[in-house]
Amino acid sequence: MKIEVLGTGCPKCKQLEKDVYNALAELDVAADVSKVKDMKKIMSYKVMTTPALVIDGQVKISGRMPRKEELHQYIRESE
Amino acid sequence: MSFVLNMLNGGVQELLNYLSAHVITCLVPAFFIAGAMAVLVTKGAVIKYFGVQAKRWVAYGVASVSGMLLAVCSCTVLPLFAGIYNLGAGLGPAITFLYSGPAINILAISLTGAAIGWQMGVARGVGAILFSIVIGIIMSVLFRKEESKRLGEIEHLPEENSEKPGAFLVLFFGVMVAVLIVSTSKLTPWIKIAIDISLINSLAIMVHHYFVKGEFESWMSETWSLVKIVVPTLLIGVFVVGMVTAVIPPEWISRYVGDNTLGANLAASLVGALFYFSTLTEVPIVKGLMDLGMNEGPALALLLAGPAVSIPNLLVVNQIMGLKRTAAYFVLVVLMATLTGWMYGLFLI
Repeated sequence: MKIEVLGTGCPKCKQLEKDVYNALAELDVAADVSKVKDMKKIMSYKVMTTPALVIDGQVKISGRMPRKEELHQYIRESE
Repeated sequence: MSFVLNMLNGGVQELLNYLSAHVITCLVPAFFIAGAMAVLVTKGAVIKYFGVQAKRWVAYGVASVSGMLLAVCSCTVLPLFAGIYNLGAGLGPAITFLYSGPAINILAISLTGAAIGWQMGVARGVGAILFSIVIGIIMSVLFRKEESKRLGEIEHLPEENSEKPGAFLVLFFGVMVAVLIVSTSKLTPWIKIAIDISLINSLAIMVHHYFVKGEFESWMSETWSLVKIVVPTLLIGVFVVGMVTAVIPPEWISRYVGDNTLGANLAASLVGALFYFSTLTEVPIVKGLMDLGMNEGPALALLLAGPAVSIPNLLVVNQIMGLKRTAAYFVLVVLMATLTGWMYGLFLI
């Protein structure tokens, strides 16, 4: 599974990245997590608001922080 | 030694000035309003007006005021700007949003009002809205032949929070703005407290009936995270400004920006456009300069050119829309801020 956190470095984007790592640890799932800061790359996912969460190339969330259960659900679904 | 003491004393005095009742009573409600906006105003509802199909004048209008709803710091502004430019309504509305976003958010306007004066707060808000539309239109006319190829359409994602009826949002935010206005007004304290308590009670009733589970908590955590982002840098900014203004001879300031000349306005907008002011610190800086004798016109010019444009922000904008457009944007902001400040100093005071 490939997880990308899109964000230009604002506090919420950093928080989302941490949340992703925590969720992976709690669920004991392995994934390739990366942070996308380049604006052109962010635009290529057609989102206008960050933080955004992309799993296996698919945008799951944009412009807000997911609740913990929600994040767990997205990870489980894609496993 | 006395020089250092003098500086420290200036910093402390300025801090105490900002921690006084009238600034706090204004900032506290403003933080709650900004937090509620981040949670309750569904971004999708606003973003649809920036789409390719949206009417031009609607896109400009929404772009010029939506900064109030969406943006508190430049980290939300830049992705939205890139999105409007690449995926939505194009260069003009994108520029309008880029400019007005950081300038008209509720925190910036209320702090300007409380610290410097309501006339300046209103001038800043109205100036920024008009100014952003004019700059957006000029940019789209200048570059009409070379509108860039769009990367695609905006993707619409479902939002988490329940969408509230428009009337509820108007009432809810109206009551909160009323709290802000009453708290900062010149009414006798016990009347203020009585009105505020009844207003806050009605807010509590609205929250109880209309909020779904978890929304109140997200509102509070959003408000707190804004406080954590803004307050430390603001206080440091205030302290530093207090220290610096304590030791700068007022003649320096009055010589360069003491009168409302075109030159003074140009100097003020250039300084504003080049330096980076962290969220809201532009207010204590301008206040400090005004205390040293800066004229009202250049002060407005600095406020108009300051938060919207800075070197770090221009570097990112440059990546998105290229050097030619970025340079044109910079020149337009400086010229317009100069003229607006000059006219404000000339006619309105």
